[in-house]
Amino acid sequence: MSQTNSDHNTAVLSTLPGDDVRQIMWRFADRYDLQMVVQSTRSVARGLVAKLVADGARNSHEWNEQKAEMLKAFDESGVTAVFMDPEDGGFIAGPKNMALALVAFELSWVDAGAATCSLAGNLALAPIHEKGTDEQKHTYMSRCLPAQPGENRKPWRGAFALTEPLPYVGVDTGVVSGKVRVAEWKEGKEPVLQVDKRGRFITNMGFANFVTAVVDTADERIKSSCMIILEEGDPGIYDRGSATLKLVHQLSSTCDPILSLKVPANRIIGGYTIKDGVIIPNFSHGEVIEAVFRRTRVTVALMSSAKLLSAIEPVIRYQRGRFRGGDSGAPGTPRYDLGLQQKEDAVHRLTDVWASGEASASLGFAAARLFDALDEVEKRKNQIFEEQGIKGARAQMKALKVPQQGALEYIKLLYQGGKRDQKRFEELGKDTLVQFLVTDSLANVLCPACKLWNTGHGADMMREAVSLMGGYGITEDCPGFLGQKWMDTQLEATYEGPEAVQRRQLSVTMTNELFLEQYREWIKEMRQLAAENTCIGAGTLAVAMELWLWTLEHLSTAKDENGKVLYHGQRHGVCFPLADALCWLLAVRYQMLDTLELKAKGPANPVLTEALPGFVNFFSDLCAVQAARAAGEAGKICAELVYGYHRLPEGSGTCACSLKAGSGVSFDGKETFVHLRNRLDECLAGARLAKDRAANAVTQVMIPEALDYPV
Amino acid sequence: MSSGFHIVVCGSLVPDPLQTLEPIAGPAGPALKNEMMLPSVLDPWAAHALYEAAHLAKTAAGSKVWLVSLGPKAKLQQLMMTIAQKAPFELVVVDGSASGFTDPFEAAAALASAIEKIPGLDRSRLLVFGGCASASRDASVTMQMIGEQLGIADQFLGVDELTVQPSGAFKVLERIEGGQYQASECAGAPAVLAWATGNLPEPPNNPQVGMANMRGIMPALQKAQPAKVGAEGVTFAKVELPQQKRETRIVKDVPVEEIAKEIITWIKG
Repeated sequence: MSQTNSDHNTAVLSTLPGDDVRQIMWRFADRYDLQMVVQSTRSVARGLVAKLVADGARNSHEWNEQKAEMLKAFDESGVTAVFMDPEDGGFIAGPKNMALALVAFELSWVDAGAATCSLAGNLALAPIHEKGTDEQKHTYMSRCLPAQPGENRKPWRGAFALTEPLPYVGVDTGVVSGKVRVAEWKEGKEPVLQVDKRGRFITNMGFANFVTAVVDTADERIKSSCMIILEEGDPGIYDRGSATLKLVHQLSSTCDPILSLKVPANRIIGGYTIKDGVIIPNFSHGEVIEAVFRRTRVTVALMSSAKLLSAIEPVIRYQRGRFRGGDSGAPGTPRYDLGLQQKEDAVHRLTDVWASGEASASLGFAAARLFDALDEVEKRKNQIFEEQGIKGARAQMKALKVPQQGALEYIKLLYQGGKRDQKRFEELGKDTLVQFLVTDSLANVLCPACKLWNTGHGADMMREAVSLMGGYGITEDCPGFLGQKWMDTQLEATYEGPEAVQRRQLSVTMTNELFLEQYREWIKEMRQLAAENTCIGAGTLAVAMELWLWTLEHLSTAKDENGKVLYHGQRHGVCFPLADALCWLLAVRYQMLDTLELKAKGPANPVLTEALPGFVNFFSDLCAVQAARAAGEAGKICAELVYGYHRLPEGSGTCACSLKAGSGVSFDGKETFVHLRNRLDECLAGARLAKDRAANAVTQVMIPEALDYPV
Repeated sequence: MSSGFHIVVCGSLVPDPLQTLEPIAGPAGPALKNEMMLPSVLDPWAAHALYEAAHLAKTAAGSKVWLVSLGPKAKLQQLMMTIAQKAPFELVVVDGSASGFTDPFEAAAALASAIEKIPGLDRSRLLVFGGCASASRDASVTMQMIGEQLGIADQFLGVDELTVQPSGAFKVLERIEGGQYQASECAGAPAVLAWATGNLPEPPNNPQVGMANMRGIMPALQKAQPAKVGAEGVTFAKVELPQQKRETRIVKDVPVEEIAKEIITWIKG
């Protein structure tokens, strides 16, 4: 299980990983459309966006002409059209989660505000795309499509308005104070609705031509809440409001709008039906935003990942050049060539930043790919339910209980490999509802996990990256804009569902038996990997995963001294930390799988032939480093939760320090827990050797002469 | 000119200029350290030629553009993810080294041979475009040799402007010494034009164009013919990068006028 130096070949990292490497790791080597999107977005990010940041465009809150240049660049480079389907003028067929994730990643490599600006337009369209009527889709998609050659048309821009002023700001999407009433309803005519909505922190509001707004009913003639489309020219007030005084993401426009408009009822997203004189929206606001947010949160998670990985090159350059030009250290001396990289601490810390960035990106892109798969199967599921007349969330949940057993059976068969009943496996593989349940159970975990961990832990590690640049790190002209990126990460941890919301969701979804069944199989998979790949940290991860599962199962039945179950949705002190621990484990698992993918598929790319062993060795060492860290975090949390709710034995005072070993608290399964903890510690053997190797590679890797942005 | 031109642009990849270019002794002669892993760009001079070709094709109805590239096909594939979005063209791949250490004659022979094999190419309407030099070698002779091997006598070097007349004749501005242009008139195709920078900006990436190009690019990469190019028989005595010189003098309490005077004196020699 442990890592050793002797079985590790000596090839070292030659260059920073380029597109060839990333395309394999993040599984889009066969997607030329995505590769082009990456190049297109990169040219905007490292060109115009970097120039804007360097010119100080972040130093104003207001939307202005300088920032508006970005929209033109997004249009011209195809970034705007990524969200559109080919029939609406786009160029990517099928699900777009991975494509949008790559766009967010590339833009955030330079500035996450630019990414937010780009993605917020999609967010405005997403409710229409997901639940809108065909007419709504056609109308707004075509209006938002950038003008084609020869067309003289200004594309529309949209904003998504959910968040409202205090006291509801960002707290509970179920509580909505924006209202919709019937303003006029003439016999046989389309009802006219009065919509009143005050928004807060609404992105793109400084220039949006339309708003997709969340409103609740304030009229007994409208049955439920809904999302509704408001246009700039509608009669009434379309006040963009004052610009939010953000400290972060200043390249995106954010305002607090005041909207009071009359609109036809056909602007209700997804349409409506009329029954007994009551307008019944086909979708409540909750149904619409659930479909939207679970996808867009993944892209936000990847914004933070991009920042961590973008920090590597500037920090290496800074460290190496730290003493050049001074009186001490002539060219050719270690002090001149390596600078701060002579110091172990500097390269060890940078290795930690890099390892976190890799794990974070792997988790985020895995989630994006999973949502692409989910989109397809969800469409088929919806079609089946429509054919069967199953409508509404409750009826669907009831119907999905039927294939639950089949889904569990499918997961078991999936991981059995050659020994399985192939006929039954194929049968279940073709069962849409089974496939939906399995994919959905995983998506419900990966989405909040990456949003929570990538941004939260990402913010911590960005601080570390900034600190590695010394005083330079907190200046405006820090190469790579690291100071700004650090601040921006904090917003990513907050918007589109703050950390508490993600922890709350995880604490529910991670106990889904379908997820847990997959998780159990992953433990076996990690053990198998540990036997095959001694240097990747899979053994460490296997034990840490086992410990987490044991803890979850223990806490689900264990009670405190008041007889209350410890693992309970409202007991955030228990379930939230356990959710945090899971994120650490998931991230490094996907990091390992990406490294193994590179090892397996890399040899097919002739460009990589020579450099591949060095990449594989280095990424394996980063996995081992991250696995040790993740195991440590998970172990610490599990121990605290398992022991922490027990009182000390009578007479032992108030401090556990005075207890002799073994004389402390007792509980069912303690021996197993202690055994797992001990094994976890032992599995860390070699982790620091891996860190030494990775850090050594960081001192040797060849980097470009200069950063490629701003140009 | 009703039928337009058949424009063949010769251009391949060079290492991204921001990369660290460290000459080393490879098994087959001089090379760059980690050369295969260095991100590449389309040679800047060839890129100008491609943009000018695309512009000409747009304005001269019936024209068509081919990009003939000599380079490792796996690296060309990666490069195409950007270049394919710039302009519509059909790709012809010659799979071989794009190193700056190859012999220009061999490179020219491989490119000329590939051009000759392009199906449907009308030699009477042929304009062969390329860079007047390459960023990797700067030999500045490849285009002339391609023209010679194709039997094209009308050759223009260091071109910045091409103006096509309705008759199909064209005027060319070529860079010459002293910051001057040489203006020439040519009766028409076939001709070789080795471009300097031209006058066009780099077009923005357009994924729609890229997707259309990609339908032909992937098969072209798959059927790429290998070409033996190198520097056989050539010995490089020494290879080194231009040395960076830092001659900084710190002056204090000197009026800017005096500093300016000193700089002017230095410039005048």
